[in-house]
Amino acid sequence: MSTALLAGEPLVAVRNLHVDFSSATGVTQAVRGVSFAIGREKLGIVGESGSGKSVTGRALMGLLPGSARVRADVLRFGTTDILHASEREMRGLRGGRIGLILQDPKYSLNPVVTAGAQIAEALRAHSRLGRREARDAAMALLESVQIRDPRRVHDAYPHELSGGMGQRVMIAMMLAPNPELLIADEPTSALDASVQAEILRLIEELVDSRGMALMLISHDLPLVSRFCDRVAVMYAGQVMEELPAADLHRATHAYTRGLLECLPSLSEKRERLATLRRDPAWLAPRS
Amino acid sequence: MIDIRDLDVRFAANHVLRGVSFRVAPGETFGLVGESGSGKSTVLRAVAGLVTEWTGRIAVDGKPLGGKRDRAFYRLVQMVFQDPYGSLHPRQTVDRILSEPLAVHGFTDADARIPRALEEVALPRAARFRYPHQLSGGQRQRVAIARALIADPRVLLLDEPTSALDVSVQAEVLNLLADLRAARGLTCILVSHNLAVVAHLCGRLAVMQGGRIVEELDEASLRAGRAAHPHTRDLIRLSRDLEEA
Repeated sequence: MSTALLAGEPLVAVRNLHVDFSSATGVTQAVRGVSFAIGREKLGIVGESGSGKSVTGRALMGLLPGSARVRADVLRFGTTDILHASEREMRGLRGGRIGLILQDPKYSLNPVVTAGAQIAEALRAHSRLGRREARDAAMALLESVQIRDPRRVHDAYPHELSGGMGQRVMIAMMLAPNPELLIADEPTSALDASVQAEILRLIEELVDSRGMALMLISHDLPLVSRFCDRVAVMYAGQVMEELPAADLHRATHAYTRGLLECLPSLSEKRERLATLRRDPAWLAPRS
Repeated sequence: MIDIRDLDVRFAANHVLRGVSFRVAPGETFGLVGESGSGKSTVLRAVAGLVTEWTGRIAVDGKPLGGKRDRAFYRLVQMVFQDPYGSLHPRQTVDRILSEPLAVHGFTDADARIPRALEEVALPRAARFRYPHQLSGGQRQRVAIARALIADPRVLLLDEPTSALDVSVQAEVLNLLADLRAARGLTCILVSHNLAVVAHLCGRLAVMQGGRIVEELDEASLRAGRAAHPHTRDLIRLSRDLEEA
């Protein structure tokens, strides 16, 4: 097994990550030299569709399809070198030390298995628990994600749950093996605004109280900056700018500014929305 | 232009709309906001004739409507849906997609109208012979808007027209809708969960919850937060909370 991390070393280190997809029509460079580190903190990765933000998260979990070519100077989780880890080591990471929450619980939960059984399965996959103990632990997890009636939800099938409830079940399942890092890929885009805030607050609380690290991937810049410590803004496979979330309004990169300025606002009237002028210079490789 | 009185819709045991009433003046854009399940999309679908089992009164341009709509209705009223991936036929070219409403309504000048429609929504000429999968999400939504407008309707029903789009593309589509509305004097109903988007396009709006309209207010009151109903205040608070972050 892995040895302990040296003091002061971040939990996740990514340096110069490249991901290429080859297809009949040529090679697509989805990620082009991304570097970042995550300690016990909340990092937001923001970008538009196709910016490579999800692919970056997947690369960290070794979840990319066979057509992807992943290269990096460093791609490390804890002391595990993800590029050279065995499939067995990766299984210990995925769903074990790294939890993944996806956009729509309708698709990420198994439709023919009850919520409780799915959480118990996640528990039993990563620890030696009996059926009985797993059931009790699943119930406790459902309570920890603030479900008021855990018994009903435990025995419910995903289609009997609302979107927000389904996402809570998903979070409970991901918390089961006590992960060190939670990757949330658009965890609330399929939910209503009020439920969205509840779920993000829940994730925030759990991350803080359990001392986990969080990587929140989203297209929603204001939302991410509200819930994260730092924000990395991606465009065309590269990080354009990384800054403390609190300083977002002081962002200097034209792309980040453009994203902020094209949002309609509730508090102030804007006759015409600014549109984003995509500068070809943003595509140039950054060192 | 649009007059809705006591609109009631039930799907089996599910009472989806409970006595919804509002009016939209000619040239006005009226917003409907609320969370999923509040019934806002069902209102649009009832007006468009996609929901056929309803009671109450729906009148467009002074004419009360029945369950079935005739061809003249669809000359007058058109709809744009949320998901441009789902609302365009994947095996038809843009040319074919835009030709269909023209054929239905007996226009014979398709060759002149299609390039004009593409230009109006700022799509390149070359897009005419492309398939939807060869276009970006924003371009697809422009095609859907062009299709809705090609037979010169006077009423446009917009169901979350930008929520599947990136914010930069959303800005372009919102600007486009504002321009088209001004140029053609369109009357619109815009359904959205995003208060900032509704405030941007609509002069007046109604807030829905549980199949009812709980409050009607104008843009200035919405922006100033002068709302009477607690649900409206909740929605405004949430929206501001994110904006000020």
